[in-house]
Amino acid sequence: MRFVIALPYAWLAIFFLLPFALVLTIALGSNDPDSVPPVAFGLSLANFKLLFTDDLYLAAWLSSIRIAATSTLVTLLLGYPMAYAIARAAPRRQPLLLMLVILPFWTSFLIRIYAWMGLLSSNGILNQVLRATGLVETPGTILGTEWAVHLGIVYAYLPFMVLPLYAALEKLDTSLLEAASDLGASPLTAFLTVTLPLSLPGVVAGCLLVFIPSVGEFVIPDLLGGTDTLMIGKVLWDEFFLNGDWPLASAVAICLLVLLVGPIALFQRQQARSAEPR
Amino acid sequence: MAGRARFAFTMLAFGYAFLYLPIVLVIVYSFNESRLVTVWAGFSTKWWRALLANEAMLSAAWLSLRIALVSATAAAMIGLAAGYALARAPRFFGRTLFGSLVIAPMVMPEVVMGISMLLLFVGSERLFGGPDRGFLTIAIAHITFSIAFVAVVVQARLADFDRSLEEAAMDLGATPLVVFRTVTLPLILPAVASGWLLAFTLSLDDLILTQFVAGAQSQTLPMRVYSSVRLGVDPQINALATIVVAVAASALILSGWLTRRRA
Repeated sequence: MRFVIALPYAWLAIFFLLPFALVLTIALGSNDPDSVPPVAFGLSLANFKLLFTDDLYLAAWLSSIRIAATSTLVTLLLGYPMAYAIARAAPRRQPLLLMLVILPFWTSFLIRIYAWMGLLSSNGILNQVLRATGLVETPGTILGTEWAVHLGIVYAYLPFMVLPLYAALEKLDTSLLEAASDLGASPLTAFLTVTLPLSLPGVVAGCLLVFIPSVGEFVIPDLLGGTDTLMIGKVLWDEFFLNGDWPLASAVAICLLVLLVGPIALFQRQQARSAEPR
Repeated sequence: MAGRARFAFTMLAFGYAFLYLPIVLVIVYSFNESRLVTVWAGFSTKWWRALLANEAMLSAAWLSLRIALVSATAAAMIGLAAGYALARAPRFFGRTLFGSLVIAPMVMPEVVMGISMLLLFVGSERLFGGPDRGFLTIAIAHITFSIAFVAVVVQARLADFDRSLEEAAMDLGATPLVVFRTVTLPLILPAVASGWLLAFTLSLDDLILTQFVAGAQSQTLPMRVYSSVRLGVDPQINALATIVVAVAASALILSGWLTRRRA
């Protein structure tokens, strides 16, 4: 048993925990393009100060949180009825319906985002349909805007929302709903007072599973967003790969981690609680 | 049918259309004569032929496959140990930290993990002179984030598992190792297998972490796809996407069929 614990413990300590200490060390240094790696070690908070005083970085933080939050909400509004319908479908159909939700997740993330590039481009299919139906006269551009980023996040993370919601709704005891309606509750009241509160753990888990990765998303804003779409994951990437400023990129990583530590802890508590044997 | 349920089923149909329409269009346009993905110019397989003759793409795919095999297998073993420890060891030194460490990579932003692992490899290069960035560093990075996914399914399987079987074997004089090999492992094997499959898929698909730790020499399939897609739409990528979707769909149908036969 000791070995069983020690193997994953040691692996994660070396390859997951230790690197964060390194990121913190580098973040306190400064950029030195002449050395290899391009870092001058130090103990300065200048990188963090820059992140919180420079307008560009501040705007990137705020728009990342805003985009992630609104996309999460839209995903919830679409995912909840889907999960509800699957949970209420005939039991023998449920595995197939669930599999249809999971299948896109098993195909490539990159390729699913790529699929939208062709759809959303200015002479893309979406615009052709809109023009043919007379809804719009001039071709609008969706690709390269924040709209496209929202759409991409909802599309990519929808399965992560539906699965925990389904798990919560499937366990729901329908006799509770019958009891509510016997006691004179309208369907809406029964939904708001019985179904919704009981599915809350699924709502929380689904929202966290969408929100947390969306905040630091890189591929979606890079491929679907425009030059004016600011998201912090892309800022980190550009600082690192384009500007070669490792210390500043490390500071961005530390701040992103601090920002998400609350949601991540909440998610872990929920996972731990649902993993306990009943 | 109540109005609420009808609304829910309408949304379900809409949701499926939303999920699948883009994928279907990608597949259809891989057979397009024109280079433009927006205009249908007749049926053609020329992009498929171009893809199959694309040496760079094929060697990237081969590298990705080898990395995925190695990292899924290692992650399945380490994840099995982690899931077993979480389910069967109620207390040990640093258990809370261990639990967090196991789950955290699931939700850690990939850019953060990417930069931190690269810094680790750069540090070890300076201290120990290795490992060289490439196959090994990519595999280590993939193993690290895949452990969580295996551990979670194994732990869940062990949580609703009849422990009296293990106790009976123990009472009959089997050593813990024999109990594990003859009773526990066969029962949780489906969970380990689905964890392996998940780790394999995640490794095959990972771009961000890989881009950080890959170094200059190695290029995996997602890195190759990304650098091509950045320049715009390319019908060869549509053909590749079609293959990916076909493989994923058949794997999922096969695993669904296998579990139904078992049940």
